[in-house]
Amino acid sequence: MSTSAISPQSVPFGRRLKRLMADRPLIPLVILLVILVVILQILRPGIVNERWIANTIKFAIPLAILAGCQTMTMLTGGIDLSVGTVATISAFIMATQIVNQDPAVAFLLAMMPAVLIGLVNGIGVGVFRVHPLIMTLGTSLIGTGCLQVYQRTVIASGAKIPDFLAWLGTGVTWGFPNALLLFVPLAALIVFTLARTGFGRLLYAVGDNERATRLSGVQYWQVITALYITSSVLAGITGLLYIGLIKAPSLSLAEPLVLPSVAAAVIGGTSIFGGRGGYTGTIIGALILTVLTTLLTILQMPEGARRILFGLIVLFVTAAYLRIVEER
Amino acid sequence: MSHFLRRQGWVVGLFALLIVLFIATTIIQPAYGSNDFGSLARAVLPYAFAVAAQTVVVIAGGIDLSVAAMMALTSVTAASMMNGASEEYALFVMPFVLAMGFALGALNGLLIVVTRVPDIVVTLAMLFVLQGAALLVLDAPGGGIAEWLKALISGTVPIPGLPDAVDAWLPKALLVLIVCLCVIWIPLRRSRLGLSIYAIGSSELAAFRSGVPVKRTRIIAYALSGLFAAFGGLALTMSTGIGAPIPGPYLLASVAAVVLGGVALGGGKGGLLGPIVAVFVLRLVRTDLTLLAIDPNVTAIIEGLIMVAVVMFGAFITMRGRQ
Repeated sequence: MSTSAISPQSVPFGRRLKRLMADRPLIPLVILLVILVVILQILRPGIVNERWIANTIKFAIPLAILAGCQTMTMLTGGIDLSVGTVATISAFIMATQIVNQDPAVAFLLAMMPAVLIGLVNGIGVGVFRVHPLIMTLGTSLIGTGCLQVYQRTVIASGAKIPDFLAWLGTGVTWGFPNALLLFVPLAALIVFTLARTGFGRLLYAVGDNERATRLSGVQYWQVITALYITSSVLAGITGLLYIGLIKAPSLSLAEPLVLPSVAAAVIGGTSIFGGRGGYTGTIIGALILTVLTTLLTILQMPEGARRILFGLIVLFVTAAYLRIVEER
Repeated sequence: MSHFLRRQGWVVGLFALLIVLFIATTIIQPAYGSNDFGSLARAVLPYAFAVAAQTVVVIAGGIDLSVAAMMALTSVTAASMMNGASEEYALFVMPFVLAMGFALGALNGLLIVVTRVPDIVVTLAMLFVLQGAALLVLDAPGGGIAEWLKALISGTVPIPGLPDAVDAWLPKALLVLIVCLCVIWIPLRRSRLGLSIYAIGSSELAAFRSGVPVKRTRIIAYALSGLFAAFGGLALTMSTGIGAPIPGPYLLASVAAVVLGGVALGGGKGGLLGPIVAVFVLRLVRTDLTLLAIDPNVTAIIEGLIMVAVVMFGAFITMRGRQ
């Protein structure tokens, strides 16, 4: 975007720049992120300081993990819209079971629905070949219903946020949010899995050409089931982290993160049709969306205008990004 | 006959399911009468339009995530324009809102065609935009509506010569639904444009090579979807008397009914009748569960289970058919 303005003066340089950007699609994303931060600094001088950065990262992390679920499922040509519900369920069960259970037991109880929903998603998509969009929407509907029924049974015992999760979610040590302790290994694991392991290669292969992959002897349903269980477990972990950040268990805790998580993965350059993309872009996409939300809040626009701008920017960034990548 | 059954098998099955459900309803609640049927028809109305909006786009091989937000926007626009205005003013508001839906739908299609961004992402972005616009028009539920519009969907159709007992089973809402859908859908289905919509959903490349204007057809499909969504928004305002800026559960319901109605999510297959019958089935299931005095939360679970089971079954059948 900003680069096309330079190109008329020096064509060879402009073309070289464009090719560089097409080869390294992360560069334009980072540039966009920096531009957003600069705009923020101009609008509110002095806002960009250590505390602000830590805060932004804190809020970007849950979004980035959920967007990781979307990235992995989108690589196979799917999508996982149940992540919000799964995260909410895990968080809610953790907060209510910790009252009279051992933390380890509460953790296991909290992760069980995540695994179950992931398994159902995987079987539906992998074995019965239901469209992932429908399948995950359906399981999230069922999950929400179950959560509401469950809520009735624990209304008397109350809820509390475990100290450890609050420390992980909101704590800051030497200027670094503690959530990074969870996120950095997790992100490294996802990047490593996608780039260096057989499972990662299978995901790309399935998304790129499912028929060819199956003809080469890959058990499609096993890959898909493993994928959706992984995605659900990640979403469950996000829920635990998010409840430590928000500190108020509710029945729609992580629901508002679902659509932004899809947007983050798409902005990060993962193709929604599968076979192309990666997690590094998604992380930057999540950061961009978080900074953007701050920016729109600071502009003090009415809620409606903020949503309009958010939608338009997501659309514009995706379109511009596609243009740049398609140049190659 | 067998040819008809094979082609329309799914819809016939749905009809049978609907009849079974009706019978079940009368067994559960022997007092279930024409009044209850009238309220069912009124409850179905906005859902049916949402489903019609989704169906057109899905047949054309796309998906529209902005249906519910579009309904919210058109609903609040109609409600705020008609608030305190004269009864005749509504005659101007109706076409205006419908045209707005058509134009916004066309914008959806145009953005998909011009930016080449996947339809899911474009309509997702539009979902935010439309939601925001709805909040700008009305930031809390409110507004009003002309009395004659409210009367348009309440009560029954008096047809001279028919006994009252039969008359009572013809709610106006059902008639409005049938007329609105038929006036748009039947001519469309028979026209070249309708064929083009099926063609681009079936195979975009083949359609392009046979000279179908793919881009134009896609834009028109989304515009029609917007038009149906505007009908849905109006129906929403007509049944509640106000406009609410927060979208209802229509997106999920529309996708569910489209799938249940036998329209393939890849595009190119199915019709409008199946999804509309499917909406009735889904709503009637909900009525039955309420009549059985089941906890509404459990109702949500059962609805979800039915949806997932139906979708799995449908996918399984298609898989078998292909082998």
